[in-house]
Amino acid sequence: MRTNMIELDGVNKWYGNYHALSDVTGSVTNGEVLVVCGPSGSGKSTLIRTINRLEPIQRGTIRIGGEDIYKQGKDINALRAGIGFVFQQFNLFPHLSVRQNITLSPVKVGGMSRAQADELADSLLAKVGLAHKADAMPANLSGGQQQRVAIARALAQRPPVILFDEPTSALDPEMVGEVLSVMKQLAQDGMTMMVVTHEMGFARDVADWIWFMDEGKIVERARPDQFFTSPEHPRAQKFLSDVLRPHSVSSH
Amino acid sequence: MLELIQQYGVLFLVGSWPNGPLGGFAATLILAFLGMLLSFPIAIVIGIARTGGLRAPRLLATIWVYAFRGIPLVMIIFWAYFVLPRLTGIAVPAFVTALCAIVVYESAFLGEIVRAGLQGLPAGQAEAARSVGLSYGQTMWHVMLPQALANMVPSIVNQFVSTIKATSIVYIIGVQEVTFAAQQVNSMEVGKAFQTFMALACFYFTVCYLISLIAQYLERRMHRRQMGIA
Repeated sequence: MRTNMIELDGVNKWYGNYHALSDVTGSVTNGEVLVVCGPSGSGKSTLIRTINRLEPIQRGTIRIGGEDIYKQGKDINALRAGIGFVFQQFNLFPHLSVRQNITLSPVKVGGMSRAQADELADSLLAKVGLAHKADAMPANLSGGQQQRVAIARALAQRPPVILFDEPTSALDPEMVGEVLSVMKQLAQDGMTMMVVTHEMGFARDVADWIWFMDEGKIVERARPDQFFTSPEHPRAQKFLSDVLRPHSVSSH
Repeated sequence: MLELIQQYGVLFLVGSWPNGPLGGFAATLILAFLGMLLSFPIAIVIGIARTGGLRAPRLLATIWVYAFRGIPLVMIIFWAYFVLPRLTGIAVPAFVTALCAIVVYESAFLGEIVRAGLQGLPAGQAEAARSVGLSYGQTMWHVMLPQALANMVPSIVNQFVSTIKATSIVYIIGVQEVTFAAQQVNSMEVGKAFQTFMALACFYFTVCYLISLIAQYLERRMHRRQMGIA
């Protein structure tokens, strides 16, 4: 059934006088992958962080699965437990082993038994290709491995939707691929995903929709083929010409 | 100095015990240890209140820290000495009076150590904990405090060393500890003040030095564990 997983309606956010998000309206359908891109400072990270209330908004509504997340008396912990979130800096808990990182929420929030949670963690680690690292400490993993553990940690909440905030931006180039391929697999399994990223290859191959943001607004929303072949907004045209030729250094 | 220690070693170590109350260096260590132990829970509450979003607790904790950090320990001891009996209506033993003063005094310093420990963690840790659905309390207990405490070990040990030395002041209300013992020796051995207080200094120095060594060891071990080596 095609229902809206995420609905944004007139979302506005200010940092003091700075208008970070300006009347953002849009929706993500069940099972879809939405890629949000745009220049730095365009508000894409801010937008994705408002969706699990890491950032408060000042006006507008955000609904997840039809429910207003800013409704009075909304259980914010239950809300967040139902949304996966993957950070740019991984944010694994360094004092816990890989397995404990994954089982913390299922045990403490979900009320799962430790044995069940361990089993779940091991199966998720196998899914992201890190079954052999269950007992390792995060400090002993590469960036790409840490981010895959972070994805497994998000999956352990059994969320219907996962938000990715620039998941590969902090990685060495050779590790980007392993993280993207895990994300691609998730998309193929039908996970609803909202991904802030500069990885245009991923956007082209995996996204159902692309939103291009500039100055706190969505200035273009398009299917990937249309976005990459004939972007309409001049800002999007310039952005694409810059990121698709990232290594060309113009001679001055 | 060696003859002095030979002659009065037991007095330096345990005071007049077992014939009287336990004193000497044993009492000093017990006083410092209990002082740290009892001030620690208060310090954690202060540290959390100082970093938390609630106004009233933050204000109260801030006042507590600034008030007791800004007063010499000896003032707090005098104050406790005269006020505690009135407040409770019973004669409070000198040891308990001293302990109360030390707990209040140390909680202000330790509270600031806890605050710094919590604020020193990357913001992403709390965000990650909240984003997997942990409550504020669970985030503190399972994610923030374990990391903050591990980072705080050097500062806590530092504070313990300084507490051991600070306890020397409590002899003024007649608590029997090692400085009190030194005073006794000094009054018995006329003309040996230098040797007596040199011996006292050696006691303090030796223990504080040993504690610093233990701290270095703990720090290294903790670091290794987090790196997954041990």
